Amino acid sequence: MRPLRNVIYVQTQNAWLHKDNENLVLKVDKETKARVPIHKLQGLVCFGQVTISPYLMAHCAENGITITFLNMFGKYLARVEGPASGNVLLRRTQHITGHNVEKSVAIAQTMLTGKLYNQRYVIRRYLRDHSEKINDEKILIDLQVAEKRLTRCLTQLTDCKTIDTLMGREGEAAQVYFGVFNHLIRQADFEFDSRRRRPPTDPVNALLSFFYTLLTHDCRSALETTGLDPASGFLHQLRSGRPSLALDMAEEFRPMVDRFVLSLINKRQVVSKDFETWPNGSMTLKDEPRKTLLAAWQDRKQDNLFHPWFEETVPIGLLPWLQAQILARFLRGDCDSYVPFLWK
Amino acid sequence: MIKQVALEPIYLSRLQHYLYCSRQFALIELENIWIENQFTAEGQVLHQRVNQADQQKRGAVRTARALRLANAELRIEGVADVVEYHQQADGTEIPFPIEYKRGKPKAHRADEVQLCAQALCLEEMHGVAIPEGALFYGEVRRRHPVIFDAELRNLTLQTIIACRDIVQTNITPHAIYQARKCNGCSLIDQCHPKDFGKSASAWLAAQLKKD
Ligand code: SF4
Repeated sequence: MRPLRNVIYVQTQNAWLHKDNENLVLKVDKETKARVPIHKLQGLVCFGQVTISPYLMAHCAENGITITFLNMFGKYLARVEGPASGNVLLRRTQHITGHNVEKSVAIAQTMLTGKLYNQRYVIRRYLRDHSEKINDEKILIDLQVAEKRLTRCLTQLTDCKTIDTLMGREGEAAQVYFGVFNHLIRQADFEFDSRRRRPPTDPVNALLSFFYTLLTHDCRSALETTGLDPASGFLHQLRSGRPSLALDMAEEFRPMVDRFVLSLINKRQVVSKDFETWPNGSMTLKDEPRKTLLAAWQDRKQDNLFHPWFEETVPIGLLPWLQAQILARFLRGDCDSYVPFLWK
Repeated sequence: MIKQVALEPIYLSRLQHYLYCSRQFALIELENIWIENQFTAEGQVLHQRVNQADQQKRGAVRTARALRLANAELRIEGVADVVEYHQQADGTEIPFPIEYKRGKPKAHRADEVQLCAQALCLEEMHGVAIPEGALFYGEVRRRHPVIFDAELRNLTLQTIIACRDIVQTNITPHAIYQARKCNGCSLIDQCHPKDFGKSASAWLAAQLKKD
């Protein structure tokens, strides 16, 4: 198993990163604040005003460490990576498969199967852990109904013959799922109405958007490492600059982010005063809480989960990488279908 | 399938991979699967060898180290650890390849095939017939003579053809799990020989039915 290397999130504003022997050194105003061995690194994610020396960049590029720049609010800006990995044959097969409607639908369908399955797991898990504590009959029934409807959506996915119908089913499932999402929140100051993306205007949506961005970054790195082209997806339409395949792959993991966000809220690891509102109505995390939550996210990635296809217990952080491997093996003809990660 | 330019040479060291497992060869050759330990180590060794290229003469034997070899017709190339040139009575020289191996002599013929492939390169480069060479095993610290007879030459040619076939068709052979082989294989984590033996679609359908 590939060891889970670390992703470092640099949030210190006006930080200067450079290489000193085999170490990455973070300085602010010429003063050294941190020093990390580079060989332990998988990725470097920089928020806002962070500057990197060309030597460090070159070293990262040569060693397959990807550097991602996000603005202070976690919006993706740019990415630095080394020469494309030598896997041109795999990429070509991927692109050819992308032109084949039937095959693309089959892949997209299995990926969404993973998403819906895992969304249902979030609800099931809540019902399992909290049924006795739910005093409100209506909430209990709502959740049970949602669980059943998701099961139906799951079976209906199998009949879809086009990307559009798949997207339609996925949309239905999202309505069901986010329709009861507020029931899963047990803190009065956090209210979830519906999924709002651009820009998020409430704390729950702000948290979801923030961690979805990080999830997509991880999926992208995993695909890149495996030699797949993150820009060429099957479910998401190709658009220049958009990591379509990373977005495809993120689908099956979104419910894991959802549950992570729910636990942050329910355990009061995040509170409403951790957010600030901007003149356009958008809401973002303040600096300090963002740091704490990133650390919590890093910790979460070290937790182990059972991977039913590999029949092995693996750290969460490795999941995108394992799924990228399954996809690559499928494209190469090693197996007759892609299999998503099923959360059990 | 996608055709690759057929002229790319096969590296001598890759023949051993093929003889160990044809899928392992394909994973490395076609898929550039990165094996941290083995691959980087190999690269470093190659690097060191190239840097150390030299030759010496002692009596009737001229010794060349880290000699680059190629056979244009077979389209194979690589680096020989050591080639001794043995001077004959008539003044001509017969190359005598020697390959250094860690460990001890093995049951399979991968090391002999690699050495024989070196001889095939040297024969083309120098236009002479090479009857034998030697393997030097670190653990037993002894030279094992290897005779390049018809059988070994045949096995070597078959191996080269089979490797080229994989490169040209761009098809990675399916995994077949064999405990003895796979458990000692540095690619086992990327290859997943057990998992990709089962039907993925049937597995997924069964999981969905279960609950
Ligand atoms: S794990 Fe087994 S099947 Fe896979 S490459 Fe290694 S030896 Fe071959």
